[in-house]
Amino acid sequence: MAERDTSGSQVTQDLTISTVSELDLIEDKYSGRKPLGLWADTWRRLKRNHLAVVGMCIIIVFLAVGMTEEIASFTPKGYLAPYNPNAVNYALSPKGLGSPPSWSHPFGTDYLGRDVFSRVLVATRISMLVGVIAVAIALIIGLILGPISGYYGGWVDSVIMRTADVFFAFPYILFVLLIMTVLGPGLWNVFIAIGILGWATYARLNRGSVLSVKAMEYVEAARAQGASDLRIIFRHVLPNTMAPVYVAIAMGIGGAIVTEAALSFLGIGIQPPNASWGKMIADYLSYLAAGSWWMLTFPSVFLVITVFGFISFGNGLRDATDPKLKE
Amino acid sequence: MSLLEVKGLKKHFPIKSGILKRTTGQVYAVDGVSFSVEKGETLGLVGESGCGKSTTGRAVLRLIAPTAGTIIFEGVDIMAASRAQMQTLRRDMQIIFQDPYASLNPRMRVRNIVGESLKIHNVGTEAERKKRVFELLEIVGLSTEHAERYPHEFSGGQRQRIGIARALALQPKLIICDEPVSALDVSIRAQVINLLEDLQDEFDLTYVFIAHDLSVVKHTSDRVAVMYLGKIVEISDSAVLYDRPQHPYTEALLSAVPIPDPHTERARRRIILEGDVPSPANPPKGCVFHPRCPRAQEDCTAAMPALVSTGGDAGERHEVACYFPARFKDGERSVAGEPFAGASPPASA
Repeated sequence: MAERDTSGSQVTQDLTISTVSELDLIEDKYSGRKPLGLWADTWRRLKRNHLAVVGMCIIIVFLAVGMTEEIASFTPKGYLAPYNPNAVNYALSPKGLGSPPSWSHPFGTDYLGRDVFSRVLVATRISMLVGVIAVAIALIIGLILGPISGYYGGWVDSVIMRTADVFFAFPYILFVLLIMTVLGPGLWNVFIAIGILGWATYARLNRGSVLSVKAMEYVEAARAQGASDLRIIFRHVLPNTMAPVYVAIAMGIGGAIVTEAALSFLGIGIQPPNASWGKMIADYLSYLAAGSWWMLTFPSVFLVITVFGFISFGNGLRDATDPKLKE
Repeated sequence: MSLLEVKGLKKHFPIKSGILKRTTGQVYAVDGVSFSVEKGETLGLVGESGCGKSTTGRAVLRLIAPTAGTIIFEGVDIMAASRAQMQTLRRDMQIIFQDPYASLNPRMRVRNIVGESLKIHNVGTEAERKKRVFELLEIVGLSTEHAERYPHEFSGGQRQRIGIARALALQPKLIICDEPVSALDVSIRAQVINLLEDLQDEFDLTYVFIAHDLSVVKHTSDRVAVMYLGKIVEISDSAVLYDRPQHPYTEALLSAVPIPDPHTERARRRIILEGDVPSPANPPKGCVFHPRCPRAQEDCTAAMPALVSTGGDAGERHEVACYFPARFKDGERSVAGEPFAGASPPASA
């Protein structure tokens, strides 16, 4: 025993194989670290990517702000921000150029004397709502049509995928503009326009994964047991095709926020006096030349940080779920 | 009555090409396969990869729709069964897959994998199902604590046991074992095979055992069918087939089985077949084996010989599809110069 220890072997103790069947279990015992669940494994790899963790923190903070403002919007006061975001106060806007950041107004005030900080906070709610609801609409449509398309194939597949091609064929922002023109401006119409246009991405993405998963033996096993198509799609196929979808969701929310900002910038999204980052950027752009930099800077920075957060988190998630990068 | 009777089973996969997806050819994966399996017996189905043995197994379960033929299970024609009838039939016929890594859904707990069929067929209450799952896990040599785990936490042998437990859940009568040990480590193969044999005795199971490894089949099967290019070329009792193969292809296969004795191994005669297996999309005319057959003659190129009983050499059931089958008399092997009369297909006259 003593000689064996000097040889450097680590697995000498209690390795008594009495029957062959134990070999099976020993494989587990010495395979190193304890096997992790799929999510735990993804998290383990994600947290090593610092940019992704930063992105995740940004997302959490902004979602929290958006959520508190959302809850506050149901209170009589209607907002949680320190000032009423829509209250005009000409005293705070000498010469109509707003006032620079100060202790009482950390982001300054705008040309109507409204508190920029409060407006940015309230706008966070709009952006988060657009991101989450628009992507949810796109996701629901996409994750119903995608699996159906991939699973059944044939003419069903052709019809759904050619329709998706049509959606891809048009320039995205022009298509959104078209729908917004038809529906008219308004928050819900923004959700619908972005949501309806986004489904094709998820449907096509998911269809690809469904094609590979439906050929797996466990799907055949389910069929051999008499599982219905619905059960096979939702219990066996869909859960195994979700990893790329999660990544697309993170990226998609970032994209939806930018699209909303663009629509509001063009004046067909959120209607005044309500605040949205895009709307604020549009309103305050002309004041930059007059030296009132704070009006434009803060909503722009918030927009950039949020989108950065979602995209870097999405990127990290993609790397963490990519089986090719597994060590 | 046989438990399972397959007659003239065919599965042709269309080859589609061009933008119009026109069918330009057929892959004759299974081309007229007939066999029957008695209750409680094991039929081994052997052949090299691509010969259609897995397709046969799946077609029997109607996991893929056969092109033609009849499949009679317990007197019921499966081919004519409605959706609802098929659902009931599925309780009695199950399958064990080759790859234990691909055949278990990675997102489901073992408890749900094993108990899924119970749920699909509404067997018992939630509590009863749970009890049954625990029971099944113990039957296959796993423990109840494994129920909450995910498949990736198990080794190949353990996973295959989970697959077996899943197949057993509804107490089926017939289990198609589609190369159940080919993907396993050699050290674990014996365990799994022994488990399958124990289960057969305990639950009176009937197996169709698909394999490409003749030594595995020899150990497990009562009867063996040898497939080549979508056709059964020889079918016989296991002992007879290994002892006195009549078809040249069977002889060649058997000569490739290693013998665990270096002296015998070195001394014996190996039959090396020339060339590759022809494409099942374009099978040779006449006997499918004739381009590689050491015994091929003029007659072999005319038509595929029918699978007929040669009467055996000791009166046993022995069917072979060959014009020149080997015959055995008093331990002497001989091959007739004249085509075997029974082998000519009736249509060829």
